[in-house]
Amino acid sequence: MDDSRPIFIQIAEQVENDIIDGSLPEGGQIPSTNEFAAFLRVNPATALKGVTRLVDDGIVEKRRGIGMFVTIGARERLVERRRAGFATEYLRPLIIEAEKLGIGIDELAGMLRAERIES
Amino acid sequence: MTRTVVHATGLTKRYGSFTAVDAVNFSLEENRIYGLLGRNGAGKTTIMQMLTGQLFPDAGELDVFGREPAEHADVLRRMCFIAESQRYPEDFTPAHVFKAAPWFFENWDAAFAEQLVADFRLPLKRRIKKLSRGQLSAVGVIVGLASRAPLTFFDEPYLGLDAVARHIFYDRLLEDYAEHPRTIVLSTHLIDEVANLLEHVILIDQGRILFDRDADELRGSATTVAGPRAAVESFVADRPVIGREGLGGLASATIDGRLDQADRIRAAEAGLELAPVSLQQLIIHLTGTDLRADSTEQEVAA
Repeated sequence: MDDSRPIFIQIAEQVENDIIDGSLPEGGQIPSTNEFAAFLRVNPATALKGVTRLVDDGIVEKRRGIGMFVTIGARERLVERRRAGFATEYLRPLIIEAEKLGIGIDELAGMLRAERIES
Repeated sequence: MTRTVVHATGLTKRYGSFTAVDAVNFSLEENRIYGLLGRNGAGKTTIMQMLTGQLFPDAGELDVFGREPAEHADVLRRMCFIAESQRYPEDFTPAHVFKAAPWFFENWDAAFAEQLVADFRLPLKRRIKKLSRGQLSAVGVIVGLASRAPLTFFDEPYLGLDAVARHIFYDRLLEDYAEHPRTIVLSTHLIDEVANLLEHVILIDQGRILFDRDADELRGSATTVAGPRAAVESFVADRPVIGREGLGGLASATIDGRLDQADRIRAAEAGLELAPVSLQQLIIHLTGTDLRADSTEQEVAA
């Protein structure tokens, strides 16, 4: 909760991350707005905005009187969306830094492969 | 759906030739948490005293729960004002305060007050004048929370409260607000600590409102750009600069306005570092007179 983007977006992204890495399974229940607010120490209206964003995106759905649940197919949609933004969000800054240090594309590719084997 | 609980138009308070509150306009909506922020002497307490009927405005219109607050018991009954240094009758103990509270606050929750007393480890039987500064603040915080008044003001409520006690206050406030929504106005200098609790921020400076915006909008609404002086200057050239610092060939400038993805890429390519500006830093930039005079000058020059 410390980067420059609105907190409700960060809350929505945290839930998305949990869905992508599987810790929140499709069909699983997400915490209530008030639980988010208390846990993250944020205004409940902010937490509600974050959850509303997920509902609008079709990532979670409301079941009246029970709570909010991850929709079926949410994970695939999220992964697709993240892949679309991967180049601008991750590759672009990487290439800029690499150019600054005089690392060419081939060398960079080699470094990526080596890193992958190590981890 | 949302109802306006406070509506002020041209609200003004003068003390002799000094204008403490200068024709301000604002509204407070029902069931939101507001931050009323600004430097010492900005006029925050004066505004709250007018809203709670403790001071008469010199000009302007003020509507609280549909009518003027001063001398209207039905309006005053729905408000709770916790002052920075609340005075209590001589020989009162916290136990007396909490026993008297339900006479003034119809929503008083004695069980909640009891829980808060335990949370803050407040000695109930000790005379108030023997309490420490922090314990005295705890008395006010407990009254403010357990009264559950539809419109509650906390004016620098936690002088002397340690970090643990302040976090107890924030946690209980959020929990109880979620269960019993009400309008809360928080006036404090510990801006970074409360920033995430606020839904809306009103910033006062020299008796005027500098901004009146949703907290979400404010987040990321300013950015500090740092790097080689020439690169910084060319990046901020056509943007509103609210603060500048420099050291030799390095400079940093804080700009008002959101950056998009293209801006960020351009900054990275120019070797510039971008850092988000917290609400507290933003307020320092906007209300620190030296910096503001400086940036206005430079803007005029540019």
